[in-house]
Amino acid sequence: MLDIRGLTASIGDKPILKGIDLTVPAGEVHAIMGPNGSGKSTLGYVLSGREDYTVTGGSAMFNDADILAMAPEQRAAAGLFLAFQAPIELPGVNNANFLRTALNAIRRAHGEPELDAVQFLKLARAETKRLAMPDDMLKRNVNVGFSGGEKKRNEVLQMAILRPKLAILDETDSGLDIDALKIVADGVNALRGPDFSALVITHHQRLLDHLVPNRVHVLAHGRIVRTGGPELAKELEKSGYAGLIAEAA
Amino acid sequence: MSTGATGFLQRYEDAVGRLPGDSALRAAAAAAFREAGLPGGTQGRRIEAWKYTSLRPVAEANFQVSPRHEAETLLSGLTLLDAPRVVFVDGVLRGDLSVLPAVSIARFADQPDFGTLTWPDREPMVALNTMLATDGVALNVPAGVDGGIVQLVSLSGGQGDFHPRHGIRLGKGASLTVVEVAAGQGAYLLNTVAEIHVAEGAHLTHIRLQDEATTAFHVSTTYADVQAGGTYDSFTLNLGGRLSRTEVHTQLSGPNATAHLNAAQILAGSQHADFTTVVSHAAPSCSSRQTVKNVLGGRSRGVFQGKIAVARHAQKTDGYQMNQALLLSPDAEVDSKPELEIFADDVKCSHGATVGELDAEQMFYLRSRGIPDAEAKSILVRAFLAEALDAVANETIRGLLETAVEQWWERQKA
Repeated sequence: MLDIRGLTASIGDKPILKGIDLTVPAGEVHAIMGPNGSGKSTLGYVLSGREDYTVTGGSAMFNDADILAMAPEQRAAAGLFLAFQAPIELPGVNNANFLRTALNAIRRAHGEPELDAVQFLKLARAETKRLAMPDDMLKRNVNVGFSGGEKKRNEVLQMAILRPKLAILDETDSGLDIDALKIVADGVNALRGPDFSALVITHHQRLLDHLVPNRVHVLAHGRIVRTGGPELAKELEKSGYAGLIAEAA
Repeated sequence: MSTGATGFLQRYEDAVGRLPGDSALRAAAAAAFREAGLPGGTQGRRIEAWKYTSLRPVAEANFQVSPRHEAETLLSGLTLLDAPRVVFVDGVLRGDLSVLPAVSIARFADQPDFGTLTWPDREPMVALNTMLATDGVALNVPAGVDGGIVQLVSLSGGQGDFHPRHGIRLGKGASLTVVEVAAGQGAYLLNTVAEIHVAEGAHLTHIRLQDEATTAFHVSTTYADVQAGGTYDSFTLNLGGRLSRTEVHTQLSGPNATAHLNAAQILAGSQHADFTTVVSHAAPSCSSRQTVKNVLGGRSRGVFQGKIAVARHAQKTDGYQMNQALLLSPDAEVDSKPELEIFADDVKCSHGATVGELDAEQMFYLRSRGIPDAEAKSILVRAFLAEALDAVANETIRGLLETAVEQWWERQKA
């Protein structure tokens, strides 16, 4: 599914990613943990094509396609989805219209027929219900006036509707109460299957109780310093990153 | 050969005995126009109010009577409201194309009335109109009557120059919605002057949809007087024209009068659009609101000049002015000139201006959801405009303006 080799990237002159090697096979959920400033969010942005980061070396293949050569919208059409750590507010843009435009753009790219407003609303209402979101969230402007938790749930709603092959969740659990956390985890679990993978960036073991990963990677100073099974997250929760980073240095 | 100021004056001299109405007023206007010339023209005097907009291309154009064009075709291509309409073709009222309203109307050609508010001596284009106006319409809504919606449609063609003269008068407590739509085909000049009187407690909603040919010149000057407790609520959408100037002078003459002078200008190519307002707070406790948005692509240029003048006795004045511009291209330009002239000491007046490009984070967010670059841009521009259009309370009319914006987008894609 995703195969990253020796990926280096910088913002301005400052190197952030210093050689990432990471493979996420189809059907697996991998967690990325690590201290603040280690490059976790940067990895998500670089994979989804944000322009202020410069890739300086290495490669990232997504289902055998070089995604680094694609525009952000092409990456989305190819099946990549980034749930933003801080979802962007779009004043004046209706949430339902935004979601339908996005879904239809992706369907168009796949040569599939577009959904009309009625077909789309039926789908969207079913998903909002499943995510225990109020119906009026579709009527409001994208993320405007949403609470922190609502913004995160809105990201999961987008994911549920766009049905990506690879979802990168950037601290989607932060700022959520326990109930919301479970809803978010269930939303991702619902998509799990042989054709869906996820890269879950998190600080907390808590999310991983509900969304059990196949592998856990620890990122520090722009490199993956340790990889293990789900038990690695539990270990980190107890002992912190300091020992690991010292060991890797 | 260009018409220029000399050509217009010659036309006046040739027609002088046959023009309807007050000939002394016309003669005075001609003298003022002779003195001033066209702003920006080679013989024109420099006028501060025309600092950012030069009418040199108007001065250099050769206007001539053009062959009849298919007004019916132009009219059928327009999106209009299902409401009465007074249709002008090349500046002349066409009863056969109009659906006359219930409110009393009078043709300028039959009952010429130049009004009392205009300043031909200070405004060269108003002087030109006063000199050459031959037709127009006066709408009169008696006290306490709701006049509903009246559309004033102007269809122009060829290389003609047209100078309609309108008057709108609302009696005490009356209400009316006027929707002006201007469109056409060709390199013509439409130079409209309108005078508006809103009596005590009356409410006029005035919408201007300027969707002229992108080869045309459009100048529209409005003078409005609002009495105590009255409201002049205007919204201007400028989409067309090679060069346009919309100038609105509003005088708040009685306590608690209100003026809304909102506008949006969406320009591409080498279009130039100027929205200029003067609000005179001449009585206490009046309020004025102006939100003006420019969306500028290509090498276009948008201008907003807004002056708020507060008289010494106009205490408790509440004036607000906001000008926002979105530049879609590095070659687009906006000029914004707020001007506050305050002689009272207990007032609340604020103004602000922002100029920016599309937000990079918002663009990335949309694109990361699969929405292609051009579509993402158009979503954000529409969102920017939505706030301006929100000022139009009537949903049907807002829908008309939104349709015009959508059609504008379609034309840019083509």
